[in-house]
Amino acid sequence: MSVLNPLIKQKQRRQFLRSALLMVGVVGVSLLGAIPVLGQWAKRLRPPGALKEREFLASCIKCGQCVQVCPVNAIKLADLDEGFGVGSPYIDARAQACDFSCDGLQCVLACPTGALTHHINYPHEAKMAVAKVVSPQTCLAVQGKGFKGLARGADYSGKLRFEEIDRWNPIPLAEHPFDLEICDLCVRLCPIEIRANQCDAGKPPSGDPGQCPPRHAIRLVDIDQDGSTKKMRPEILDGCVGCGVCEMVCPAEPAVIVMDSTASRGLSA
Amino acid sequence: MKLKDSLLELLGRDPIKPVKEDISAPAQVIHKLHREDKSRITQIRAELAHKAAHDAPQKWRRRRWAVLIVVNLLFVLSYWLDIQMLEGALTGSRFVGFHMADLNSALQVMLAFKEVVINLLIGIVTVALMWWLLGGRTFCSWVCPYHLLAEWAEILHLKLADKKLVKDHPFDRRTRTAFWLVFALLALVTGYTVFETISPVGILSRALIYGPGVALAWVATLLLFEIFYSRRAWCRYACPIGLTYGLVGSTSPLVVTHKLENCFHEGECRKVCLVPHVLDTVIKGRAKDVQTEIGADCTRCGRCVDACPTQSLTFKFKGIGKHL
Repeated sequence: MSVLNPLIKQKQRRQFLRSALLMVGVVGVSLLGAIPVLGQWAKRLRPPGALKEREFLASCIKCGQCVQVCPVNAIKLADLDEGFGVGSPYIDARAQACDFSCDGLQCVLACPTGALTHHINYPHEAKMAVAKVVSPQTCLAVQGKGFKGLARGADYSGKLRFEEIDRWNPIPLAEHPFDLEICDLCVRLCPIEIRANQCDAGKPPSGDPGQCPPRHAIRLVDIDQDGSTKKMRPEILDGCVGCGVCEMVCPAEPAVIVMDSTASRGLSA
Repeated sequence: MKLKDSLLELLGRDPIKPVKEDISAPAQVIHKLHREDKSRITQIRAELAHKAAHDAPQKWRRRRWAVLIVVNLLFVLSYWLDIQMLEGALTGSRFVGFHMADLNSALQVMLAFKEVVINLLIGIVTVALMWWLLGGRTFCSWVCPYHLLAEWAEILHLKLADKKLVKDHPFDRRTRTAFWLVFALLALVTGYTVFETISPVGILSRALIYGPGVALAWVATLLLFEIFYSRRAWCRYACPIGLTYGLVGSTSPLVVTHKLENCFHEGECRKVCLVPHVLDTVIKGRAKDVQTEIGADCTRCGRCVDACPTQSLTFKFKGIGKHL
């Protein structure tokens, strides 16, 4: 074997060193993705059927098929600032909550990996989050006030389905004014409560009794009266799945109720 | 080419120069004829000079870019116009309802999640069969949106290199195999699909379909690195997706073949090739047989087919190819 030219040897050494550096650099950058995840920088509300956060991030293939099927465009994809979560779906409930207007959990059906588990069939089986009443003092009902007008103003682009208006097409919330003696938007628009009422009336959605939620999600309860006006406060019940509609429709700014996605998501694969 | 050598070269081994005993008798005869056929060589020099003065043919490149753009556009339009042809992104999709999963993304998910649902399995089998049939790394040059951007970056790199403003810094090709192993291991150990965080393929595909984001800064970084420091670095030395598809395509019926009889070893093909080590056989005296199938790392991009002035490199579909 001939002795290698020292210049070639030096070239090879440099190439090896470069390659090692490239390796360390690229793997290092990819591992930076752990910081936002472990630091829980963004506590995201995930679509219905999402597994526990860790399993969810492991199984999501970041394809966005759930985004494409959602009739109210509630689902967005995370950007690189969410590290390992890049490309994973989330819902910003205040901007556009999941109102289950597809009834059949289209995002779950679209998910190719089971990150949105195929083990659930109905909205009431989702465990996206639990609603929390965070600022009762700004709640109109607590103040004994009614509500007249557009829940989130004329410029708000979010949509909801109102079955009495159109069974198949959600309409902008800005096209649906309310006139309420005491504000109960969070209760009257709650998808679980709507289903419970339909079932109580003997008309379950799509005629499918499976759609009937076994438990209630939210109600208004009387506050001890100290004057003549009736005052009520929202109370979150066991049946809440954390879809975010109450947060979305709350006319107070900021919303009286917000989703706590760390409090639920008991779903496993 | 033997499958074992093809795979080892895919994993990063340098091609081995054949000794005389390895070269078949008919090939030896042609090698000898080539050495003696001086007039033919002069003629080719003239042809090449003519070609250098004009633009080289880009037939396959034009076809390929058209296919690449149409496939990615199909993803975009399926969502924007809600025509539901090709839903999802390159990592996972549905073609008229039928599941497809990118093999490397699916691998990351399986290793991290340690569970495979039936839809994913269907997607994997479909895609593996499709790319086995079509050549494996064909995915890279005919579908991957990063490949197209990298080709444009490469044109810029070559222009700058021509003016001596930049210099190509090659890496060890085994780096890609190391990346593949490290990212597989990271998915398995951490339980996160770590590679997806920096996969320019996933990032670009999602950006095209769902809108741009800051993740594109990473893609831009890679492109700048390729323009100013190392030609086609990501595709050549880093991308685990390319290696995965290379493995799938290692036994594919669709290959580029080299016909020694037509080859006069000008090396035009190696100049344009993304993975020139697969064209080692075109170097004077290296071809072991009269016909050689190009190895698994070949992306079937067709640039060598365009570049060869003597039609010595052609696409071939083994088995039924003659009847097409």
